[in-house]
Amino acid sequence: MSKLSLREVSCAFGDTLAVDRISLDIAEGEFVSLLGPSGCGKTTTLRMIAGFIRPTHGTIAVGGRVLSTPESSLPPERRGMSMIFQSYAIWPNMTVAENVGFGLAIRGLGASEVRAQVDRMLGVVRLGDLRERYPAELSGGQQQRVALGRAMVVNPEVLLLDEPLSNLDANLREEMRGEIRRLHEEFRYTTVYVTHDQAEAMATSDRIVVMNRGRIEQVADPFTLYNRPRTRFVAGFIGRTNFLAGRCNGGALHFAGFSLPAAPLTPRPEEGAPVLLSLRPQYLRLSGEAAPATAPWRLQGRILHRTYLGEQWDYLVEPAPGAAPLRVVAPPTAVHEVGASVRIEIDPAQVAVLEAGAD
Amino acid sequence: MTLGGAVRGRLAGGIVARLRHFDPTILIWLAIAAVLILLVVNPLFRLILTSLQDPVTGALTFDHYIYAYGRQRHLTALLYSLWLGLAVAAISVVLAVPIAWAVSRTDMPGKGATRILLLGAFITPPYLGAISWILLAGPNAGWLNQVWRFLTGAEAALVNVYTFWGLVIVIALYSFPYVFIFTTAALDVVSSEMEDAANILGAGKWQTTFRITLPLVLPAILGGAMVTFLEAIALFGTPALIGLPARFTVVTTQLYQFFSHPVRVEAAAAYAMPLLLVTVLLFWVQQRLLRRKGFVALTGKGGERRPIRLGRWRWALLGHTWLVLSLAVILPYAVLAQAAFAKAWGQGFSFGNLTLANFGYLLFEHQSAARSVLNSFTYGAATAFLAIGLGLAVAYIAVRRLVPFARVLSFLAMAPFVIPGIVLAIGFYAAYAPPPLSLYGTSTILILAFATRFLPIAYANSAAAVRALNPEMEDAVRILGGTRMTAIRRVVAPLLKQSLVGAWLLVFIPATRELSTALFLSGPNTRVMSVMLFDLSEEGKFEHLSALGLMLLVVTVVIVAVGYRVIGRDFMLRQQGSG
Repeated sequence: MSKLSLREVSCAFGDTLAVDRISLDIAEGEFVSLLGPSGCGKTTTLRMIAGFIRPTHGTIAVGGRVLSTPESSLPPERRGMSMIFQSYAIWPNMTVAENVGFGLAIRGLGASEVRAQVDRMLGVVRLGDLRERYPAELSGGQQQRVALGRAMVVNPEVLLLDEPLSNLDANLREEMRGEIRRLHEEFRYTTVYVTHDQAEAMATSDRIVVMNRGRIEQVADPFTLYNRPRTRFVAGFIGRTNFLAGRCNGGALHFAGFSLPAAPLTPRPEEGAPVLLSLRPQYLRLSGEAAPATAPWRLQGRILHRTYLGEQWDYLVEPAPGAAPLRVVAPPTAVHEVGASVRIEIDPAQVAVLEAGAD
Repeated sequence: MTLGGAVRGRLAGGIVARLRHFDPTILIWLAIAAVLILLVVNPLFRLILTSLQDPVTGALTFDHYIYAYGRQRHLTALLYSLWLGLAVAAISVVLAVPIAWAVSRTDMPGKGATRILLLGAFITPPYLGAISWILLAGPNAGWLNQVWRFLTGAEAALVNVYTFWGLVIVIALYSFPYVFIFTTAALDVVSSEMEDAANILGAGKWQTTFRITLPLVLPAILGGAMVTFLEAIALFGTPALIGLPARFTVVTTQLYQFFSHPVRVEAAAAYAMPLLLVTVLLFWVQQRLLRRKGFVALTGKGGERRPIRLGRWRWALLGHTWLVLSLAVILPYAVLAQAAFAKAWGQGFSFGNLTLANFGYLLFEHQSAARSVLNSFTYGAATAFLAIGLGLAVAYIAVRRLVPFARVLSFLAMAPFVIPGIVLAIGFYAAYAPPPLSLYGTSTILILAFATRFLPIAYANSAAAVRALNPEMEDAVRILGGTRMTAIRRVVAPLLKQSLVGAWLLVFIPATRELSTALFLSGPNTRVMSVMLFDLSEEGKFEHLSALGLMLLVVTVVIVAVGYRVIGRDFMLRQQGSG
């Protein structure tokens, strides 16, 4: 049975529908990210789970017990959850130890028990020697660790994180997302993590929920999400990609300027139906005409433009005269001059067939 | 389980769930709404009702309006108030804008001292300024006239404060800081790049100032001028001290005369209407003006700001600044201090003339002067606690949107801002002086009226402080198991402490010197210092008057200095709230 379950949950602010009938089940101990651009409804969803916002439709249940309905909503302080905020929300009038011990004191633990647990947690988040400091004397990363310790020490039913890394600089962000995953391995709290950064979501999560305009686009583990995106939005939001829009006719896929056999593709597109494919630039290969061809799909193209980035080449290749150009990422050793004629090799197993027409 | 049992179970579950999820903030909302209705709505409602009702039968009548506006003398007073307001506003702009520009944009020397003396002018109760100016420019014994006669041998007086223009200048000298505050606030965000842009296109220093900088801040100057206009027409003390001996009345002094025996509160209510309407209207216009597009452009990032080098002109500006500040602060304070310590103020500065007897008389011999000093400060403190408590509660509920219609509460809390003190006093009189409450002359009615009058200051400061708090701080308490009240007690209150001390002082200081509200509501045992001063002025003993005034001034200066230390140097010269 799932630990946290959202059933047909909507939230409207006046006339605008921020969250539109989403359903989601999260297992005990699972780490799930809500990923999407700003305004997609992910933070609203998180705040509904926390109890700060009441849904206008649907129910939210934890461990089979319904907490939120449009009629009534258990206040956040009675949900036994904890949360890490975008601003960290560390209380500047309390020391590190007081911040971390707050939730324990509220739960009525004795002073010595609070102290012991705070010490243990400060050790886990590596703040042991800063316990008497005030937040103003801490760096951004240290404040982040206080927030983590404060949220985890109470042994929460569900741990919620609202863009916790967006205020850190790039290096620290990478370090802290490793830290968050490490702590998850240690404690295995059921976790919901909101972010707009796909790298963060991929590095930390067991499963990712991609949201757009208040709806769920796809729920999958990071590998599936990248390699088998289901919609145009997901394919475009997670990493870079090339879209090919065409139609399936007589066992072949017809695109503007060229055609490819439909047979190697799974799932195989229906006859006569429109087709939308996502081709990652990394999975396209360029080779000289003399080299032996290996991939089942081959196109004869011409280099339009190239950018050298040190670690890789970015090529813009025209797959047929007048066709929309494809973006190809190639290793630094694969050098092709602008205007040169090249063969483009495509492995159909790496091509994602998207729901055509959506978005 | 039977169907009936299931339904009953569902119902019971529903009620339990409702109770479990019941939000007690709605009760707090109702309590605060009730208090605000008592303090703000009811007095205004009773004011209007009184002006339209026959006091005996309760029938609708326009007799009070006919009486109030049916006499030449009453109409003349209205006209005088209008001219007074316009003249004060115009003179305030002339006095303030060059100083504001000099302090904000140029390399004029002595800016620090200028700011301190401006703060001095700002915190001087206007009626104390008036008393000082009677000592300075009284037609016979006034210091300026004595010096003039001594220097020139002339018989005639140089200046006479007991004239319409004397009244205008004395009021302007204590109102111009409003224009200064508005103008510097705007000038402080005009970036030097805007001026550089004009320079690079070929405009000189003066052309830039008059064609670019001043037009940019014109809405702010007009906004400040409107505040001084409203300040001037609502002022009671100065027109009473200067205008009544000079035998002319303005609206406020006429209202006071309606209260001398026999008390005609109905006529006063009717006569107060133009003052109320003009104030509401002008504040509305002012808000529109300051919100206009041109002004919003100034609120962006200021960019770099360099002082303009004035060259020889700096001495002209410095001269203007110090002339104004001498007239507003230095000379008045000097003569007030001299008179307070003098046996007879007209005899000048000499050791033989020095005495402490005036203070001794006030504190130990006079039957109610010492009491009035104590009253002023206890009522001021009670007012500040009440206003801050109420203002903070409304601000927290409104900013955090804890209940629907929270905006109604904040509107009511800001409403007294557009009610002149004297009008509020008449409203309170009409609402709470008659039975069943019969609060006239009690400390309760004074504190309630003061708290209402200064509620907007308390609310605006509290709201700004609450807005500066990230709500996630409170969310963090709640998700960890603390209630809203725990969050307020453990996080909100400790973090707001300092801003609330500042807000407390901002209410306390004007509450200790409020005259017009107090004059209409205080009784023999609840007189405060301002009312005592007014009473003493009718006896004509200027030495006693000055001694009491000096005590008020010294205490005020000490409190402001504490605030200056604790909260920061600009804490009173900042633009307050929406004002």
